[in-house]
Order: sequence, then structure tokens, then C-alpha cells
Amino acid sequence: MSPAIFGTRHLQALLGSLGRLQRNALATALTLLVIGLALALPAALGLFVTNAQSATGGFGHAIDMSVYLKADVPLAKAQQLAAAARQRAGVAQVTVIPADEGLEEFRKYSGFGAALDALKSNPLPDVLHVVPRRGASSAADVESLRRYFTAWPEVDVVQLDTEWVLRFNAILAVLRRLVLIAAALLGAGVLAVVGNTIRLEILNRRAEIEVTKLVGGSNAFVRRPFLYTGLLYGLGGAVLAWAILEAAVLVLDQPVATLAQLYGSSYALQGPTGQVLAALFGGGMVLGWLGAWISAHRHLRSIEPRA
Amino acid sequence: MILFERVSKRYPNGREALTNVSFRIESGEMVFLTGRSGAGKSTVLKLVALLERPTRGTVTVNDKNTGRLKAGHIPAFRRQLGVVFQDHKLLADRPVFDNVALPLVVAGTALKEIDKRVRAALDQVGLLGKERILPAELSVGEQQRVGIARAVVSKPPLIIADEPTGNLDPELSLEVMRLFRRFSDVGVTVLVATHDQHIVRELAKREIVLASGEVQGEGPDAMPHVVARR
Repeated sequence: MSPAIFGTRHLQALLGSLGRLQRNALATALTLLVIGLALALPAALGLFVTNAQSATGGFGHAIDMSVYLKADVPLAKAQQLAAAARQRAGVAQVTVIPADEGLEEFRKYSGFGAALDALKSNPLPDVLHVVPRRGASSAADVESLRRYFTAWPEVDVVQLDTEWVLRFNAILAVLRRLVLIAAALLGAGVLAVVGNTIRLEILNRRAEIEVTKLVGGSNAFVRRPFLYTGLLYGLGGAVLAWAILEAAVLVLDQPVATLAQLYGSSYALQGPTGQVLAALFGGGMVLGWLGAWISAHRHLRSIEPRA
Repeated sequence: MILFERVSKRYPNGREALTNVSFRIESGEMVFLTGRSGAGKSTVLKLVALLERPTRGTVTVNDKNTGRLKAGHIPAFRRQLGVVFQDHKLLADRPVFDNVALPLVVAGTALKEIDKRVRAALDQVGLLGKERILPAELSVGEQQRVGIARAVVSKPPLIIADEPTGNLDPELSLEVMRLFRRFSDVGVTVLVATHDQHIVRELAKREIVLASGEVQGEGPDAMPHVVARR
């Protein structure tokens, strides 16, 4: 068989499947909806995790530490220490807050102004405000930075709160596993839905299959249109899932922007990336094809022509 | 072309449809297979088309021992064979053209060639111009002829027909049988199972008579009741 005829036969099978799906528009739409939802759910969950992760990239600036120097350390020494700290990889920003400035700020925001006036001298030390670099804000990185500052003899106390970072990362890890579980379960669901739909179609077209085998149609020839049908179900389901994701992003965009603003961030919700879409379409088509293949393999064998 | 050697066929339900049947049909011959219903005519055709395999003995068709043919080779084997059924087994949802083209599509024939050959086959059975019509819109006789066109479209060396005139009136029956004779005239081997004695007499071709799963005789002379009626 020449490649041209081979291609023609595949094109015929593909167009035949398309035509058949279009003629049974309602049944096709319902099947596509089920497949689309099954694909959209894990993808949406994945999108949520990705967004949460990116958003905490923004929170990286919120992870900071206050390095309190001992009271007898002069301001010049503090500036010197800050300059040294700035050289360190993993440090984005070091701001020196002189004791006077700190007191001023405290007076302004704490509401203890009058009480502070009663003090003879400034009880506050100089403070270094340290912000870790975006890529170096994991719990371990922050901890190593803390140890770096504690090691200095001029440093009194290093204050930071990494607990929430740890918890947040743990939650993300759980969600990532959940995405995997959901993808596996719903993928099996897609297999079952496509398999059952193809099974029904095979039974509906029993007479046609018998006649085709009778005039010399091979198993591969008889199976081909069903495999294309499965592939098209997967593709259509993926398109639908994509539409669902984009719609969800559109609906959530404004509230998320508002939420981000309240946290002082300009974070905007991210839609599905090329990678997510590739997984969606690739996964959908493979699952559709596989479901059809399993079903065709099981049921076509039992249909043999009888005269 | 077709060789049965001491062939017996027992179905899973225990019924012995054929017992020790032997006959030979030469290439280009036209042969009638006759006998009452239940005599084993259909079983013989099923064994030829490899819808069934013999329980004992050997069936050789187109130089192939059907008992030894692997499942993967059955499609290619069937492409060398045109089959016509009493109920014609047309696909109701496909127009005449698609029905006739099926054996060619299955064999991977180029589209241009398919178009040419389907028209030629429809021309042979007198249905040219009805390509786009659905089988249900045709008369029973025309439907049967579409079935015949499908059986001959791939120019197989062997055509078998199971009661092809079962649903037709005598005039149409004769017309269909003459069609078969024309194929045999150009070298195609034709095996027709029928209980229509009128037709068998009219065409004066060799006859294999089955009774209760055994060959009772060959040729019109071997049938006492036919001779008596003459």
C-alpha cells in the first residue's frame, strides 16, 4: 500500500468519525462535557497550586528579619555590618534603622508617645532590616541567614518568623499530591467514559462491522474509526476543559486582584501556561485513544460475520 | 478452485451439518448447490467463505487450506471471494455507491480507481445512475443486484451466493441468475446455493445435490424427481 493511500484511508476514517460525532450531536456533547469536566478538575487544581506558589514568590519580600544590635554598638559599625551583609548571596536588601529613627517611628505608630517622653535615653538599639532574595526564601535559606547574623558578636537578637513559610510550603506539597491523585482518578474516569461510549457504538454498528469483516476488512481497518472517535473525544474534552479554565480565571481575576492589593501585592491571577495546556491536550488525546483501543480490542474480536 | 475432501462439520450444539462431503469445482465453472433447507447448503458456503472451519476433512479454496489459515490471513483470503446473501446484507445508512465500494475501500484501493470500478460494477447489474440512493429506496430485486455488484466489484476469482433469488419473483430470479452466468462466462468461478429447481433447469449448469448433510448426487440426472418431472 502506498503512503498516499495509507494517508487517504486514515483521513477517511478521521472524517467518518467526525461526521458520525456530528450526526449524534447531543450524545457527543454530553460525552464531551463529562470528559471536559474530568480533565478540567485536576487542571484547575494544578492551576491553583501554581498560582499559590507564584503568589508566595511575591510573599518572598514579606519574609524578612530584624537584626537587633547590642546597645553599645555605634551607628558607624552598624553601617559597616550592613555593607558586609549586602555582599552575601541570598540577601536582597539591608536597611539600617538607627536607634533614633526607630524611636521616632515607635512614637508615631505605637501611641505610647507620652510615655516615651518620660525616658531619659533611647532604650532602642540600632536595627538592620534584612530582606532575603526572592529565590532564597525557603525555610532552610532563611535559617542559614539567621545563623549568619547570630554569629556576629555585635548582634543581640535576630527576630524572624519562618513557621508560616514552612506550613505554607507543606500545604502546597499536600495540594500537589492531591492534584496527582485527582488526575489519576479522573483520568481513569475518562478512560471508562470513552471506553463505554465506544462499546455502545460498536454494538450499534454491529451489522456494519460484520459486513466489513465479511468483505475482507482486517481488525485494524475495523478498529481505526473507533480509535479516531476516541482521539476526537479526548481532543474535544481538552478544548472544553481549556475553555472552563479560562472562564474560571476570568471570573476569579478581579477578586484575586483585590485580595492581592489588600496584602500590598500587585499579583495578577495566571491562566494556564503552555505546559499545562500541552499536558491537558496530550493527556486528553492519549486517554481518549487508549480508552477506545481497550474497548475496541475487547469488543471487536467477538463480532465475527455469520451468514 | 474449490475442493472438499471428506469434509464433516459438527456445530457446537452437536448437530452434524455435513458428513463426509467431497466434491471439486474447477476454475471458471458455475455450479448449483441444491437440496432441501437443512440439507447443509449454507454450511458448505460458510466453509468456503471461512465463516466456519471443518470439523474433519479439508476444504481448499483458491489453493488455500482453510483449516490451516491463520486468523490474521482471513481478511486477505476473503478479498479473493465475492459473497452474495439472500438478505443481501447492505448497510442501510449508506448510499448504493458506498455499499458497493466497501470491498475496495477495505482493500486500500485508490479513490479514483474505486470510482471507476464501482460504476463498472453498477453498470454490469444495470443500476448505473443510482449511486447516491439509499438501499431502502430500491426495490428488493435492485437491492439484490447491489449486493451482487458489491460481490463482483473487486473482481474476485470466486463468487458464492446463498439463495440469492430467495426473495425474488421467477422473472427477477432468472435475471439475477443470468447475471451470474455472465460472470462465469468471463472465467469467474460461481457457486450458487438454491432450492429453485426451475432456475437450475433453465440454466443447465452442473448441480451438486445435498441431502441430510451428504452429497446425494451430481448433475441434473442425479436427481430422480427432476428427471421425473421432465
